[in-house]
Formats: sequence, structure tokens, C-alpha cells
Amino acid sequence: MISAIQVSNLSKTFVVPEREAGLKAAVKSLVRRKTKEVKAVEKISFEIAPGEVVGFLGPNGAGKTTTLKMLSGLLYPTAGEVSVLGHMPSRREKSFLRQITLVMGQRNQLVWDIPAMDSFELNRAIYRIPVEEYRRTRDEFIELLEMKDLVRKPVRNLSLGERMKVEIAAALLHRPQVLFLDEPTIGLDVTMQRRIRTFIGEYNRRHGATVLLSSHYMADVVALCRRVIVIHHGKILFDGDLNSLVGRFSAYKTIGVTLTNGTVDLAAYGDVIERDTTRVTLRVTKAETPKVTARLLADLPIADLTVEDPPIEDVIELVFAQEKPQ
Amino acid sequence: MKGMIDLYLSQMRIAIVTQFQYRVANYFYMIGMIAEPVIYLVVWSTVARAQGGSVGGYTPGEFAAYYIVWTLVRNMNIVLTPYAWEQMIRQGELSARLLLPVHPIHSDLAYFVGYKFVVIIMWLPIAAVLSFAFRPGLSPDLWQVGVFIVALWGGFFVRFGLLWLLGLVTFWTMRVSAFFELYFTAELLLSGRLVPLSLMPAWVQQLAGLLPFKWAFGFPIEVLIGQLTPQESVLGLAAQAFWSLAGFGLVSLLWRASLRRYSAVGA
Repeated sequence: MISAIQVSNLSKTFVVPEREAGLKAAVKSLVRRKTKEVKAVEKISFEIAPGEVVGFLGPNGAGKTTTLKMLSGLLYPTAGEVSVLGHMPSRREKSFLRQITLVMGQRNQLVWDIPAMDSFELNRAIYRIPVEEYRRTRDEFIELLEMKDLVRKPVRNLSLGERMKVEIAAALLHRPQVLFLDEPTIGLDVTMQRRIRTFIGEYNRRHGATVLLSSHYMADVVALCRRVIVIHHGKILFDGDLNSLVGRFSAYKTIGVTLTNGTVDLAAYGDVIERDTTRVTLRVTKAETPKVTARLLADLPIADLTVEDPPIEDVIELVFAQEKPQ
Repeated sequence: MKGMIDLYLSQMRIAIVTQFQYRVANYFYMIGMIAEPVIYLVVWSTVARAQGGSVGGYTPGEFAAYYIVWTLVRNMNIVLTPYAWEQMIRQGELSARLLLPVHPIHSDLAYFVGYKFVVIIMWLPIAAVLSFAFRPGLSPDLWQVGVFIVALWGGFFVRFGLLWLLGLVTFWTMRVSAFFELYFTAELLLSGRLVPLSLMPAWVQQLAGLLPFKWAFGFPIEVLIGQLTPQESVLGLAAQAFWSLAGFGLVSLLWRASLRRYSAVGA
């Protein structure tokens, strides 16, 4: 199968001015301007198949946005090759731009003072969407995102969550085949996050679109992505199945124990990480988990016992802490 | 072509809707802008009366005509400034526009053309009040009205193209305010905005003829108040065409390099 996105040894280096604090350094910089190179992205490679939804994870400054900008043609790579739907993004061909979208959370693309419906109409003209197709897509999005009343209000009167809904609808009206989503749910409440991610999932299913999603909310990633790419300091730390990320990077499991007659000290069985009146949560190494579980069941009056992988947020933290590029 | 017309009409519609949304702010802005020509008008009318009824061939009535037409030309001359470019880059708006499959100059041009229709409608009552107050000596022939309408839009295209070109400087450096101020000072002196160019020394008039500023500003006014012959008017329209083509042509030439520079540094 031909990949929708192919990235090979992609790098981006920025040259940024650098000077010490203080008057002396300021005067010195007038004569001799010092710069330094910052490697935002360093030789990353990956491929994404058509219709695949991939989570793009990393802490702030990891290189996620820089990569997304290179993939959408906003940034010119320093080295390496990129192909999106067979196009070289930096050429910014119209046929390429008509097939992609880049949604950046909290970046307003709609006209502030007029209803979103007017901006939708402008996007129809910009993307040259046939009128019938435009109306069909617009009405479908209005229904899916439940925004019938919102699209007729001036954008400035919408709440952040409402604005994000109309922003996403506007960005997808031309039915792009590739979606670059950079923190699309940032700052939204839980209900709105769920609504947005359900919509993205539905769009992916209905139109077979390829999605590269960067988000700090793991709920977005867990709900939408089977595969994740983890980037840190501009390098890829992990590329693979979300479940295998947990398996590979988490050396621990958590055991939740509910006792029939109140709590007792379980420190002898593992690290106690949480405790309330009847329930204790232990952290134990993967290797010891079967043995500890058996001992708990044999030694204590147990009403309930669960063995779980640690929360994905904790695993991601572990990945960043290890920092070993593939 | 059909798609482009659709884009222009849609963008113009957005501009008209948006500007009517801002109608009160726009009106206050336009009224505030009148202070400048009224001061020039009062000063020059006083000088003309003190010198026996005219100065440099202008009577108080002709000064009134000059500065009332000035208010319309000034409003038609409002285009995307280089400062707006700085803001677009800083706030990331330009990145969003570069993702669209259309050159941003089309959106800007269509937007400002739409905006001008609102400006013209809003200017009419202001012109009526100024005419009532200052009694302009204005009786153009039909051909002068025709040339003026073309020249009014010609002036808009000249300034639009050149300021868009100037805006591309921001792709190389963000600290360009001083450079822009120098440009706007030259424009103020050599366009006929501060004072009718025919009152300036001969060498200034010659210099102004070689630069674009006059063709965007003073020329349309001079056509309507009857200062130019038909031949001079045609020459003026040709100069406007030249400077418009120069502006848009240079934008077209430098766009790719500017974009490459922008996308190399950070968007």
C-alpha cells in the first residue's frame, strides 16, 4: 500500500540570535551578533498509511509543531524528505493544499465579527467546493457537532469550546484527505473534548482520512489512535502500537486490593501508592506481579483485586525520562 | 476564472458585512481623519485671502475642492500596511492564510475592494457637510468625472501593490518600523497629501513625477478639480498603470523567495 505520509531523515534547524544579559553584552552584540543553531527536529523517519490515525506525542518543545508545519508545507525542511499524498509539501501546490488541513488549537482562523456561516461560505469559494457538495458537508457537520444555533452567531460571541467546534468544521469543509491536528482540544472542558474527538473519529471513518494528532490529553490519543509516535528533543523515541508502548516502557503494574475487614499494612507486598478505608493500591514490578497477587489472595481476606497497567500519562512520563531514541 | 470571480465576490461580501458591523467605529475613524485636511484647508485659505485672494493659483474655493476630494482619496488609499504584516506574522495569522490554496494577495485585494464600497457610501454625508461648510469651487466636465473614477481606483491599486511589496520586507526582518516611517514621510511630502504639489518648488514636482506617491494620491484630485489637460490625464492614468504593474509584478517575482525565507526561519 502506498503511504499517505512518508518522512525520511527529516530535520529542521533554526538559527537563533544569542546574547548574554546586560548592557555590555547589548553593546557587544551591535558589533558582533552571535547566533546559535537549534535542532528542532533531527533525522526523523516514519510512514503513515491512508486512513490511519496516529497520535503524535511529546512534551512542549519536543518538535511536534515543527514537524506538523513541515508536513503541511509551512516550514521548509533543513534536510530530509517529506511526501504527503505524493506531494512535496514545501512546494505548496494548490492541489496539495486542497487535500490537507492543519488545525492548531486556540488559533482563530474564522472572521471574528461575523457568523461562522459567512466564513464557511468564504471557504467554499477558496476551496472551490461545488455548491451542492458544500451544502451537504456543511449540514452534515452542523448535525454531527450540534451547532445549528452557533453558526449564525458572530464568532466573537462563542465560548472557547463552541468556537473550536466551528473552527474544526471550517477546516474540514473541503473534505481534506490528510488532517494535521495540533492540540485541537487544548483548553476545552471534558464534554467538549469528547465531542471533538468523536467528530474526528467519525470524519476518519466516513471519509477514510489520514490523521496525525498531537495532543497533551491522553484521552484523545487513547480514543482515536492505535499507533503513536513519541518525539522528544527532536528525535523519535517510539513508533508503534499504543499498547506495546505501555508494555515496553512500563516496568510496573498496579494492584488494587479491597479487603473485607478494613485495611491492613500491605507495605510488605509492594509500594503503597494510594490508600483509603477499604482499598489499597500497590505498585509492583512486572516480574513480581503474579507472585505478589498469589500471596495477597492466600494471605488476606480479599473482597476484590484488580491488576492494571499504570495510566498512560505515567507511561509517557517514563518514556520522556528514558530519552533513548530508536 | 469563474472560481476566481467567485472568490473575489465572496471575499468582498465578507468585507462589506464586516465593515458594516464596524460602522460606528468606521464613522468615528473617518470623522477623525477629517481633522487633518480641515487644518490644511483653513491654513491655506487664510494664506490665500491674505495674499489677495489666491496662492499658487488656488483660491479658497479651490483649496476647499482639493481638500474635500482629498478626504475621499485618502480613504481609498487605505490598504494593508506593513504594520499589519508584522502583526499577522507575530500572531500566526499568516501561517493560517498560507495553508489556503489561494495567493493571499487575492484575498486582501478583494477584501479592500469590498471595503472601499462601504467607504464611498459612508463618505458621501461627510462630503456634503464639508461642502456646506467650505463652499468648494468644483465644476468638473463629464470626462473629468470619468477619468477621476478610474484614477481613484488606479490610485488604490498603486498604493495597494506597493505597500504589499513593502510588507514582504517583514519576511526578512521584523524590526522595520523605522524603514516604514521613512517611506511614509516621503509619501506625505511627495504625494500631494500635505500640500498640493503645484505649490511645491519645481524640482520637488519633477521628483514627485518620477515616484509613485503622486499617482496614488494627488493625481486623482488634480483631475477632478480641473488642474489637468486631457493629455496630462491620460499620461497620469498610464503612470498609474505602470506603478500598479510594477508593484504587483515585483510582488509576484519576490513572493517565492519571501515565502522560502519565511518558511526557513519559522512560521
